[in-house]
Amino acid sequence: MLYFPRWKIFLIVAICVLGTIVTLPNFLSRETLSALPSWYAHNRINLGLDLRGGSHLLLEVDMGAVIRDRVEGLVDSARTQLRNDNVGYTAINAGDRGITVQLRDPAQADTAVRALRQLANTIGGGPLGGGQPDLEVASSGSTVTATLSEIALRERATQAVEQSIEIVRRRIDETGVNEPTIARQGSDRILVQLPGVEDPDRVKRLLGTTAKMTFRLVDMNADPTAGRAPPGTDILPSAEGGRTQTAYVIRKKVEVDGANLTNATAGNNPQTGEWVVNFEFDSIGARRFADVTRANVGRPFAIVLDNKVISAPVIREPITGGRGQISGNFTAADANDLAVLLRAGALPAPLKVIEERTVGPDLGADSIRAGLMSVAIGFVLVCVYMVAAYGLFGAFACLALFINILLTMAALSMLNATLTLPGIAGILLSLGLSVDANILINERIREEARKGRGVFGAMEAGFGRAYSTIIDSNLTTVIKMALLFIFGTGAIKGFSVTISFGILISLFTATVLVRLMMVSWVRSARPAALPV
Amino acid sequence: MFRLRLVPDDTKIPFMRGRYAGLIVSALLSLASIVLFFHPGLNYGIDFRGGIVIEARTPQAADFASLRHTLNQLDMGQVQLQEFGSPQDVLIRLERQPGDDAAQQVAADKVRSTLATAIPGTTVRRVEAVGASISGELFFNGMLALGLAMVAMLVYIWFRFEWQFGAGAVATLVLDVTKIVGFYAITGMQFNLTAVAAILTIMGYSVNDKVVVYDRMRENLRIYKKMPLRELIDRSINETLNRTLGTSMCTLLSILPLAFFGGEALQDFGIVLIFGIFLATSSSIFIAAPILLFLGENRLRRNAPADGAAPAANPTP
Repeated sequence: MLYFPRWKIFLIVAICVLGTIVTLPNFLSRETLSALPSWYAHNRINLGLDLRGGSHLLLEVDMGAVIRDRVEGLVDSARTQLRNDNVGYTAINAGDRGITVQLRDPAQADTAVRALRQLANTIGGGPLGGGQPDLEVASSGSTVTATLSEIALRERATQAVEQSIEIVRRRIDETGVNEPTIARQGSDRILVQLPGVEDPDRVKRLLGTTAKMTFRLVDMNADPTAGRAPPGTDILPSAEGGRTQTAYVIRKKVEVDGANLTNATAGNNPQTGEWVVNFEFDSIGARRFADVTRANVGRPFAIVLDNKVISAPVIREPITGGRGQISGNFTAADANDLAVLLRAGALPAPLKVIEERTVGPDLGADSIRAGLMSVAIGFVLVCVYMVAAYGLFGAFACLALFINILLTMAALSMLNATLTLPGIAGILLSLGLSVDANILINERIREEARKGRGVFGAMEAGFGRAYSTIIDSNLTTVIKMALLFIFGTGAIKGFSVTISFGILISLFTATVLVRLMMVSWVRSARPAALPV
Repeated sequence: MFRLRLVPDDTKIPFMRGRYAGLIVSALLSLASIVLFFHPGLNYGIDFRGGIVIEARTPQAADFASLRHTLNQLDMGQVQLQEFGSPQDVLIRLERQPGDDAAQQVAADKVRSTLATAIPGTTVRRVEAVGASISGELFFNGMLALGLAMVAMLVYIWFRFEWQFGAGAVATLVLDVTKIVGFYAITGMQFNLTAVAAILTIMGYSVNDKVVVYDRMRENLRIYKKMPLRELIDRSINETLNRTLGTSMCTLLSILPLAFFGGEALQDFGIVLIFGIFLATSSSIFIAAPILLFLGENRLRRNAPADGAAPAANPTP
């Protein structure tokens, strides 16, 4: 136990030196770093948002809306399908997860079931088929029900979240935030981390808008102030920009969908000086837009965004170029945001911010300063005690402790882990827990020496006996921290990471490294008694 | 050669003489903590209850009365204002707003803009807004982590020692954790995710401490086959006393700066850990050991070589 072969000494020293080299970029200035090769300079610890400042948003996809959408679509297609198959019905009702059709003639139930089955999409399976229909159709008497299957709902939810992530990413990229993190969390959540964003207001506004844009005709004969909309129409409020009316009666039929837009930019209308959004359609959109405008010259054409009418200009002439302009009393910022939303596309469902944690950069800087100071003071206090209690062996322990901090940082750098404020607390606490090993060893050596063992005998016995205790006591802490890592969230995870690293590394520094130091000293100084 | 010793070597303090006193005092404190847990209860932070916390720095010393007045006019339920650090630093706490998760967002934005107009030049340094659904989950996960930690400790110690040690350690942990909860109730500190981390840390530390003492007991059980268990436990505690106190001292020293410079989030954490270190150290001596004495009086003092009954518990390589 006290004999170190040359290669082992070399290995131990090499680990310490390597650790120091890996940690170094964290302490270098930006200028120095730029002169170094990037693979080396990039090995830095990421600072958490609580230290560098920034905004953490947790978004939830409104799954209810996703399913409602699908059910409503089902009602529409069922109506068409049944009419085509000449099935008479008295009512089609939308339920929570499906639709119910009341047939006029129960004898047609089988035909109706067959008709509704055609509406099912196949999910899963490969190019050779083998998938499952997403609709379960059943009939009893004159009632036919079509219900979305459990798998269908899950599939739908997954799709919606993935699509949302893509759109969220596009929207955030447009805002110019550096290094955003956008990740799925759980089944229906999206985690967004925006370093350096002090007031996430604009981002929240951008993400809080579904941006479903449709072009629909206005029903001129109906009165928007009447309580009920005529069949096939909706009464929609005007967006704040609308000047002439507070509400419109809008036909339900979508003439052109915003999904057909290929580009949108904010600009100035040269005649009025007003801010507008210019848009371009793809070929399908352009053709439809041309058809509708040709057939409806002289009538107002509403641009509807998230069920609000942005504007309803009168069509003066057919627009065939596939380009258009939206005006609506925009400010420059409004026009820009709308352009961003239209370019990025619509979210499949509304997003809600369910958690926000934002830290300003100066508070982050204060936290870093406080953290560094705490670690420095904690280190000095522990060292003072260790040297006072164990003399030279205590000093060895302190040196090992210092290398422990370096190696912990090296581990964090190599894994590109994120250091948070609780993470700094973890480093601090692991200072105390790591020296526990040295205290155990030193106490044990002292005890053995007092029993009359010689220098080497006492050290041999001390290390040997203390070792299993050290493993036991440290493992219990690591188990706890693993649990905290699994069940904790956000910044708290950082605590469990640093403390686990600190303790695992202390198994090397506090025992192997310290043993090497002690043995080397004993061999060269040949003391008559141990200094503990 | 001067060496700092927290206690002299070769102490022979008869700790087990105070076993009833220790257990009774501990049980009473834990009982009181449970009462405090229900009444007045814990001051749950926004992690677990939902709500809003805003940390702002005003250009001059903040006028709390007028600020309170302004914020109360927003009609958003109870508004808590707290100064911390310097007189310019204000911590604003709002309870969870009625309505869904988005209502927190609306309210947080409202407070932000109100601050900006009421005290021009105010910088908002931190905003946290947590909705109801997420806070419920965080709470569940936190409690789950605590429960699992307890079970994991029992299994680990059971595996490494005899079951009496495991039972002793877990019983002690329960007593420890209830007292920490009581500490939160008495001080009115925010009980949030950081608190769960603090409890887990103290649990880890406490078990760590017990393992060291138990380890020595196990070793002594092998060496002194004839010694009565009570004497043996006393001896083991005395032998490890310097280590127990030394490690406590070092951990205390390392955590001390947190309690002073930790900022709003970590100051409480540091204070609770300091309390926990005292708790864990005393419970190793006055709780874990007596429980072991009661559980093991007839069993651990095996007739002759019962060591063979627990071969897995032999760690010596």
